[in-house]
Amino acid sequence: MVSFFKKFLNKLFRNLFSKKSHVKLGLYGPPNGGKSTLANRICLDWLGEEMSTVSHIAHETREINIKEQVNIKNKKGKELTFSLVDTPGIATKIDYEDFIKKGMKSNQAKKRAKEATKGVIDAIKWLDTMDSVVVVLDATKDPYSQVNITIIGNLQARNIPVLIAANKIDLKRANLERIKSAFPQYEVVGISAKYGKNVESFYENLFKLVK
Amino acid sequence: MVTFQFIPYTDIESLSSAKRINKILNIVKDNKIVILEGRLRKHEEADLIEITMEEINQRFKGIEISVIYPDKDKYAGLKRLKAGFINLLLGDRQGLTIIGPASIVKKIEQNPNHIELFTKETRKRKNR
Repeated sequence: MVSFFKKFLNKLFRNLFSKKSHVKLGLYGPPNGGKSTLANRICLDWLGEEMSTVSHIAHETREINIKEQVNIKNKKGKELTFSLVDTPGIATKIDYEDFIKKGMKSNQAKKRAKEATKGVIDAIKWLDTMDSVVVVLDATKDPYSQVNITIIGNLQARNIPVLIAANKIDLKRANLERIKSAFPQYEVVGISAKYGKNVESFYENLFKLVK
Repeated sequence: MVTFQFIPYTDIESLSSAKRINKILNIVKDNKIVILEGRLRKHEEADLIEITMEEINQRFKGIEISVIYPDKDKYAGLKRLKAGFINLLLGDRQGLTIIGPASIVKKIEQNPNHIELFTKETRKRKNR
């Protein structure tokens, strides 16, 4: 009963304050899912410039990046303005030796690992400040990882609306259905942030997410 | 050799969130794999990741974690009510949580009602 009232009050307050001019939209997910690639895609499409650097080596984004006043329009002419928050990938382990295997020098790898651990902590701390979240998952990977379940579970517990972007659908190994069956209670949209595949549908879903 | 340590729910039910996490992490940092009866609360799972990140150093590389938990959404009517009532009385001791050190556990795959745990190979050179 207490939980019901808590949810009701949360919803009420969310609705009251959702009329503000723009909301904070977070991109969350495990490392190398394509959060920064998606952030760049959104910014390129609507602002004409990229916001983050991307790399095939995990934990390229180790700090919270924010792009204020991103304004998007849908086919009906409706506008949506939000602050886009690109977060470091959430992981349960970080081993500097993995970076060395990717060709980094020892000192550089240790520094990256240290910054990456801080990035994960920051990403978790920022969860509470988000109005809506897009969870970016790599559609070629196992969706049942505990990191994914923990992120989505914590967003659910905080009553933060969630959209799942199943990224990298341009790859043959991508399995959209597997992600849909892992998280049946959420809207899942398949995209290729790198090549812009199905991003129109993603933007339409953003309008439903950020009401 | 891999060592598993079982933690019954009764061992953690009266502990605060911080103490629960400390207890688990201390065992994991001792290179043992924890099998916990039940699961942590959602915010505790996030706290566990945060604290793990704070503790990472050259010896401790982090954790692998997996939870098997019955999908309550599949429960209908009376069964759902019964499960909720049992949780209220006895605590959320359903399911099973496996947490291991990343230096030993390579990955844990969940699919979704069974868990496969892969350990890292340790090769010893024999002197001849």
